[in-house]
Amino acid sequence: MFENIQLLAENPVGLLNLIFDGIMIGAVFALIAYGMALVWGVMNIINLTQGEYVIFGGFIAFYTAGQWTFRIDAIGLSLTWPGVHALWALLLAPAVLYVIGWVVYRLVIFRIVDRDMFTSILATFGISILLQQFMNSVFTADDVIAPHNMGTWSAWRTDMGELAIERVRVVALAFALVVGGFLAFYLKYTRDGQSIRAVAQNARAARLMGIDANRVYARTYALNAALCGVAGVLVSMTLTIHAFTGLIYTVRAFMIVIIAGLGNVTGVIVAGLGLGAAEKVAEFVIGTSYQVAFVTGLLLVVLLYRSVRLAMQRKYLA
Amino acid sequence: MAILRMTAAALASVGLIGVIATPAGAKVEGDTIVLGAAVSKSGKYSTNGKHTINGYNLAVERLNAMGGVSVGGKKYKLKIIYYDDESRGARGAQLAERLINQDKVKYMLGPYSSGLTKAIVPVTEKYKIPMVEANGASRSLFTKGYKYLFAVLSTSEQYLASAIALAAEKAKEQGRKPSSLRVALAFENDPFSQDVRAGVIDDAKRYGMKIVVDGRLPRDLSDMKGILQKVKLVKPDILVVSGHSKGAALAIRQIAALRVNVPMLAMTHCDSAQIIKKYGKKAEYTLCASQWAPTLSYKDKVFGSAADFAKTFEDKYGYAPPYQAAESAAAVLVYADAFQRANAFDTGKVRAALAATQMQTFYGNVKFDPSGKNIVKPMVLFQIQDGQYKVVAPTKWASSKIRHPMPGWDKR
Repeated sequence: MFENIQLLAENPVGLLNLIFDGIMIGAVFALIAYGMALVWGVMNIINLTQGEYVIFGGFIAFYTAGQWTFRIDAIGLSLTWPGVHALWALLLAPAVLYVIGWVVYRLVIFRIVDRDMFTSILATFGISILLQQFMNSVFTADDVIAPHNMGTWSAWRTDMGELAIERVRVVALAFALVVGGFLAFYLKYTRDGQSIRAVAQNARAARLMGIDANRVYARTYALNAALCGVAGVLVSMTLTIHAFTGLIYTVRAFMIVIIAGLGNVTGVIVAGLGLGAAEKVAEFVIGTSYQVAFVTGLLLVVLLYRSVRLAMQRKYLA
Repeated sequence: MAILRMTAAALASVGLIGVIATPAGAKVEGDTIVLGAAVSKSGKYSTNGKHTINGYNLAVERLNAMGGVSVGGKKYKLKIIYYDDESRGARGAQLAERLINQDKVKYMLGPYSSGLTKAIVPVTEKYKIPMVEANGASRSLFTKGYKYLFAVLSTSEQYLASAIALAAEKAKEQGRKPSSLRVALAFENDPFSQDVRAGVIDDAKRYGMKIVVDGRLPRDLSDMKGILQKVKLVKPDILVVSGHSKGAALAIRQIAALRVNVPMLAMTHCDSAQIIKKYGKKAEYTLCASQWAPTLSYKDKVFGSAADFAKTFEDKYGYAPPYQAAESAAAVLVYADAFQRANAFDTGKVRAALAATQMQTFYGNVKFDPSGKNIVKPMVLFQIQDGQYKVVAPTKWASSKIRHPMPGWDKR
């Protein structure tokens, strides 16, 4: 551990590399966390299918970038997809996931909106298993990457090493910031966004004002799936995906939302980027096997700090 | 809801038909010897499970086309009953019970992966049913005193040991002492990869090499940049990676992305990760451990040479055989040979014949030690050269010379 710290102290460029990497992967986490915070805040549902939507988006990127043929021999149908740049999936994936999210809402979620949180956790957990198995049988059980040739940007070469930044991670960061800004704007200033906020504050009152709460819920849930789809495209362009690896994204999103608090878009961005960077540096210092332990520990510290602060405030009031 | 119920009913009836349609097998039905196997058709091992099944089927087909196996002066055909273990150990053990108790199978073939083999062996041992397996390499399978388990493949600790030997050889050529080499390790935290790691560490110690990075990747790894950053800073002479297909794919992608320069890179699962197809030039110079290669000069009477097997397989299934398929086919050949030598169907006699196996297959030589592992087949080491796998070690089987050291990323 100490040798690792020493190594970083001797190589500030390496440290910068770690932080940049972390911030950029944190941007992807932030995207997933926006969606989770939105669904949580508006519908009071902790959506455990986040990771599966991410992986689904990743598969869409994989099929967008690769060449494949769809064949039904019985009717002599044969379609060949030539394969285009994986970045096109950034448009395609949210569209597909929006539809999937909407369908899932109409089939299952609307039944559990008013129930207690335990029911919604169970239900969304069930959907996540269903989606995993579905993807496993349709998209095969291979580890998949979306190929692209965006390469690495050797930004800053010094005697001590170089700052190597993957271009696709820069895209991820930019995208997360733009989408975050767009989302904040959408919620604050558009009619649809205002109705979402209205329903979140008081669904009953919103209904009385003529807002179709059910439609607002459907839109919110579908929007969340679309956000995850975008994140999935970026994940499969930087890391690898597999039908069963969605859970880690759900967990990260959950932590970011806990740290940032509900209904706080800026908080989600800051927490996402910060968690990403902290995680990377911690991974380097204490080893990859303790990375998840570090994240969980951090969560604990944040929660403890909050409750202590809260208790102090109460004391002051008394 | 009505639709849901109907679907459920439909599913249930399909399941029933499935159960009825499976043959009530016995050890030998008429002129057919029945083998049983639980292999992953679904779940996370389904890709490699498919390779395993294709290998088994091809060997059975070929043997049957050649007239079958002669026992007691009579020719018998082979047949395999398969069940899908869903890539889950508990299910695998259950299905092994079912194969043995309900289908009355007396001879088992192995599943895919060390984990599932571990789950099934206690069952086959309990009923004293021989099992020839081709896809469980973990060395812990051979330390428990199992009597009915036979494995045709090299065990996991041998996977990358030859890479260390090769690095030492290269160091000597350059006039450096092997003990001056510095080794970086990145291994997934699962039984198989940790076995591979143990083998590498043993070998590195023998040469007095220094381990400078010893990274453990969590099972749900999706990013190994942390370890690679360290490798980039520490600048070792050799980097060894093992983490199934995912580890291989991640390593190649991120080594290129981070522009990590290391003179030698060795890993497992290159071919199942399809790194040449997916990464092209980025995968160049990588050393890959393999159980088998189509260019090896082994031969047998059923398939001919290793290259002949590769051709037969590709003609039938439309893709080049990964080693998982080759070793699976070899397991069936070993069984056929044992039946003929045992000249009986008694499981005790078949087991004794298996234990006395000494043969060459297209896959390699087979001879089992008392623990049931194959001790006469070495691992081979490929290097990716101009987009092709070329065997570079051990020297006896090498078809090409190793290209060493790997050039830096600014020169590629």
